[in-house]
Amino acid sequence: MLANLAFWAFSGVAIFSALMVVIARNPVRSVLFLILAFFSAAGLFVLLGAEFLAMLLIVVYVGAVAVLFLFVVMMLDVDFTELKQGFLSYLPLGGLVAIILAVELGMIGMTWQASDQAMALRDAAIPEGMTNIEALGLVIYDQYVYFFQAAGLVLLVAMIGAIVLTLRHKPGVRRQSVSAQVGRDRKDAVTMHDIKPGQGIGE
Amino acid sequence: MDVGLGHYLAVAGVLFTIGVFGIFVNRKNVIILLMSVELILLSVNINLVAFSAFLGDLAGQVFALFVLTVAAAEAAVGLAILVVYFRNRGDISVEGVNLMKG
Repeated sequence: MLANLAFWAFSGVAIFSALMVVIARNPVRSVLFLILAFFSAAGLFVLLGAEFLAMLLIVVYVGAVAVLFLFVVMMLDVDFTELKQGFLSYLPLGGLVAIILAVELGMIGMTWQASDQAMALRDAAIPEGMTNIEALGLVIYDQYVYFFQAAGLVLLVAMIGAIVLTLRHKPGVRRQSVSAQVGRDRKDAVTMHDIKPGQGIGE
Repeated sequence: MDVGLGHYLAVAGVLFTIGVFGIFVNRKNVIILLMSVELILLSVNINLVAFSAFLGDLAGQVFALFVLTVAAAEAAVGLAILVVYFRNRGDISVEGVNLMKG
């Protein structure tokens, strides 16, 4: 079946590129593999019927976050060979933790089963005969409107924080000061000199 | 074999594990650390959307939307801190982060 094949392809590419993000030598390659991972995850979302989130993943992650990462990687003048030092010495500990985590997640997955009342406890059941984006819009702007506003607030705070952190006032940069320009009057601007013939202006 | 909820959860679990592995392994490079955090958040999103699809509940997708928002904000602030840190110290290793030790 085609959908199953697509699932295996997307998940395989996602896992491979996620691994390459972590072990790639060059951070620029890491960012590019991160973009590939996001694309594959967007494919998985489309398979799950969450088209709006898939497009959002591409627009927000690939279009904004990954490009931001790429910007910073290329802007910082870092020695890339030095960055990978210590990779091998941390490999055993990291691998051990990863294996333990994977085993634990697997154990949870084996023993977990859905509650009988799960279907009755749904908060916003997907309506029939409606596109995903329409249904999502009806829920976001109605049932979850305060959370939506809070999300906007989070973005605002993040934007202000990023600007405040990176803004730097360089000394010696000439800027226009409108109040100083408007506040000037004739006394500061013009001086009268009585020039004697043959002497010129003194100062 | 048909692809079910368990398959998506397995993919998300593997992505989560790779993200945690990345945090442990990349001690010298904060950028890859931030990317690992993004991977972890992505795996959480896959979890939420998978449950949302198989349970027929839109709330999971709404929550994934908010996770996406927070991840974007986190990336912006984290990279801003990184840029300031690099400006002050000249490298981006995590091992030497003791500027706030007092």
